[in-house]
Amino acid sequence: MNTTCDVAIVGGGPAGLGAALELSKLGLRRVVVLERFGEAGGIPRHCGHPPFGMREFKRVLSGPAYARRLVQAAEDAGVEIRTDTTVTAIRPGGVLELATTAGAQTLTARRVLIATGNRERTRAQLLAPGVRPVGVMNTGALQSMVYLEGKRPFSRPVIVGTEIVALSALLTCRRHGIKPVAMVETRDRPQTRRIDMMLARLMGVPVLAGAEILAIEGRPRVEALRLRHKGEERRLDCDGIVFSGRFTPEATVARQSDLALDAGTLGPEIDADGRSSDPQVFVAGNVLHPVETAGHCWAEGRRAAQTIFRDLRKTPKLGAGARIVPGAGLRYVVPQRLGAGSAATLNIRTDGAVRGRVVLSDASGRELAARSVRSYPEQPVRLPVPALDSAALAGDLTLRLDRKD
Amino acid sequence: MARRFALEGARVCVLEAAPDILSGASKANSAILHTGFDAPPGSLELSCMQDAYDEYMEIREAMNLPVLETGAMVAAWTEDEEARLPDLLAQAQGNGVTDTRIISRDEALAREPALAGHVRGALLVPREHVIDPWSAPLAYATQAKALGAEFRFNAPLTGARRDGDTWQLETGAGSLMAKTVVNCAGLYGDKVEEILTGTPSFEIRPRKGQFVVFDKAASQHLRTILLPVPNERTKGVVLTRTAFGNLLVGPTAEEQEARDRPDVTTPELEMLISKAVELVPALQNMPVTAVYAGLRPASERKEYRVHADADLGYYCAGGIRSTGLTAALGIARHVFALWSESHSLAWSKPNDTMAPSMPNLAEHLPRDYQIPGHDGIVCHCEMVTAREIRAAFDSQLPPGDFGGLRRRTRCAMGRCQGFNCLGRIASLAEGKLRAPILPEDAS
Repeated sequence: MNTTCDVAIVGGGPAGLGAALELSKLGLRRVVVLERFGEAGGIPRHCGHPPFGMREFKRVLSGPAYARRLVQAAEDAGVEIRTDTTVTAIRPGGVLELATTAGAQTLTARRVLIATGNRERTRAQLLAPGVRPVGVMNTGALQSMVYLEGKRPFSRPVIVGTEIVALSALLTCRRHGIKPVAMVETRDRPQTRRIDMMLARLMGVPVLAGAEILAIEGRPRVEALRLRHKGEERRLDCDGIVFSGRFTPEATVARQSDLALDAGTLGPEIDADGRSSDPQVFVAGNVLHPVETAGHCWAEGRRAAQTIFRDLRKTPKLGAGARIVPGAGLRYVVPQRLGAGSAATLNIRTDGAVRGRVVLSDASGRELAARSVRSYPEQPVRLPVPALDSAALAGDLTLRLDRKD
Repeated sequence: MARRFALEGARVCVLEAAPDILSGASKANSAILHTGFDAPPGSLELSCMQDAYDEYMEIREAMNLPVLETGAMVAAWTEDEEARLPDLLAQAQGNGVTDTRIISRDEALAREPALAGHVRGALLVPREHVIDPWSAPLAYATQAKALGAEFRFNAPLTGARRDGDTWQLETGAGSLMAKTVVNCAGLYGDKVEEILTGTPSFEIRPRKGQFVVFDKAASQHLRTILLPVPNERTKGVVLTRTAFGNLLVGPTAEEQEARDRPDVTTPELEMLISKAVELVPALQNMPVTAVYAGLRPASERKEYRVHADADLGYYCAGGIRSTGLTAALGIARHVFALWSESHSLAWSKPNDTMAPSMPNLAEHLPRDYQIPGHDGIVCHCEMVTAREIRAAFDSQLPPGDFGGLRRRTRCAMGRCQGFNCLGRIASLAEGKLRAPILPEDAS
């Protein structure tokens, strides 16, 4: 087995496979994807419903079919995909420490791309109150159970959360004869476009927004979710609870490799090229910005591949640049650093629904880019930024939200 | 207790109300191996802890039980607390923990650079360490089983009658005759005593302790167990590494009625997190891996409720409100000694002690995934292999429920809490647990 390669890609989901395919197409021969599961494809593997693949394959696919096509395309292009291979750390110099079924190994790469994706926050991370019975899980666990293992963990769950993934949980339930008791949102309104919540109505699932979770009940299995809604205490009898959404980066490799992390995303911090605080390590996909669609991550992986391909001809080094400081009402901005020379698009997430204007300005107060925003919660906000001159990059850049409410 | 009596040659049966061992008070503690430096002088608790500490160190190599050598610091954060350190030192010295000493603010910060700057000094207790709180008792139980002990699960004691020199016991899993009953029923100790003797001599008053487990990345910020200067009711909030590479903060101390409801509550969890950040500021924004609560079987008095009625064939190890993980081996020795005062051994000691070698789960020692041929990692957060999960099911005391499987292997105990692996685990566990992960009708 080779112990060196041109580009090592950590994670075989849409972003990683998109990057691998693009690097192969650009003519790079030694591209290795390191996938910790027994099969590459990422989260779409257990997302057994459409729509996937419109951007990539110009047709509507289910998650598993989409994942298979991504893998097939990469393999056809000559990408080496190593499954059952966990990257435990990335050392300076592009040295990856691997855990494999054959024991510990290392792989040295000229460049590394981290594309480890994200996951939903657990009830523990949300500090949700109550006891800890069997039957509390994330959408990811529900879907891996039904789609990968053919098992049904419950028959009348409560779904907590109303992000897009909660709709995915609803669809999963519908396909498997599971009848959700309710959707519960602790924030004051559903987190998707209002029209998306039609699905819940069609399925006859009540949506309780602005609810406060009082306790998870049951032993040994889930028996109820107690909550306060519109001033009244309610007990929703159920046999499972799905904590959906509230995504957080799967940033373990980055953290264990001592890469700089961003307090807003909790993922690695990058510049406009997608370069992390290690000059040989790039980052793409949902580990940067929880959460975007598979298609978005795939496209981002391709762009990262193009940057990496160009970078291979140079000596890797951190670019000079300025940090973007997000202000009140802004949860995060990616990239976190901008350099001179080329245009970039900022990926911004607001705290909840907003109407107003986002403005990027330099240390002197000069506006560099701005746009009006009217977003639903969790909606990605993109702000194109033109190539900046060195005067603009003299100090920290400020990103602010001017509300119009 | 089962291990001690089995080692001495007794025929032992363990009646467990739950589907697995360690399902009550013992599943949730701070996993510290205590020296007894702050225990009440001259107490049974102190002697049990110290006997047990020595025995643990003696047997742990053969059983492959880990010790994470951390030491502990009782840190003083106020002038008041600082003024109490000499008393604590005197108590520690009096308790025979002679290597404790007071260290200055500078020495404390040199040892733990991530501590908040307002630390004023500390009592250093070099031999307080961290252990694996589940593998150790599982090892004791496994050894008892190997020595012939019988384990009955889902077997709460429901009735008892003394017939001459024999107990006729009714349980949730059939009846049983025994010469002697040892009450180790934890949160139900008083209830079990009531069934056996008619009137309980003590009352269990559950005291809840909530904990927050931080991501493994947190453990780089603290090496030494950080203890507060204690107050009357509790040892207070502790910040400690775990054997599994995480950092733990807790417990709270909350009196409650229910014996079967170790629930977590958001404000208290938030309080623990802010306390941890106050003491170690680098923990700001540190992701949480897990939260849990345990119920300590405290009683109306502070001390252990250990007593015996030799004529009745009844022995009680009750009210072990904390320090039970440390003291278990010593309590067992003590109760066996009590028993021996009025009983002669009708049996001979086994020639082979049948000490099991436990699978290592501690992060600072080699793990199974590092050994080739493990057939793939199932749980990536905790790096648990398919081989480890199969080994747990093939072991002498296989897990009885999902919690038991988690405690034996660490699967689904990490950051994602099963987001990635729950499906696979449910498949591997199918048909093998007394309390299944999937509902009975699932297919």
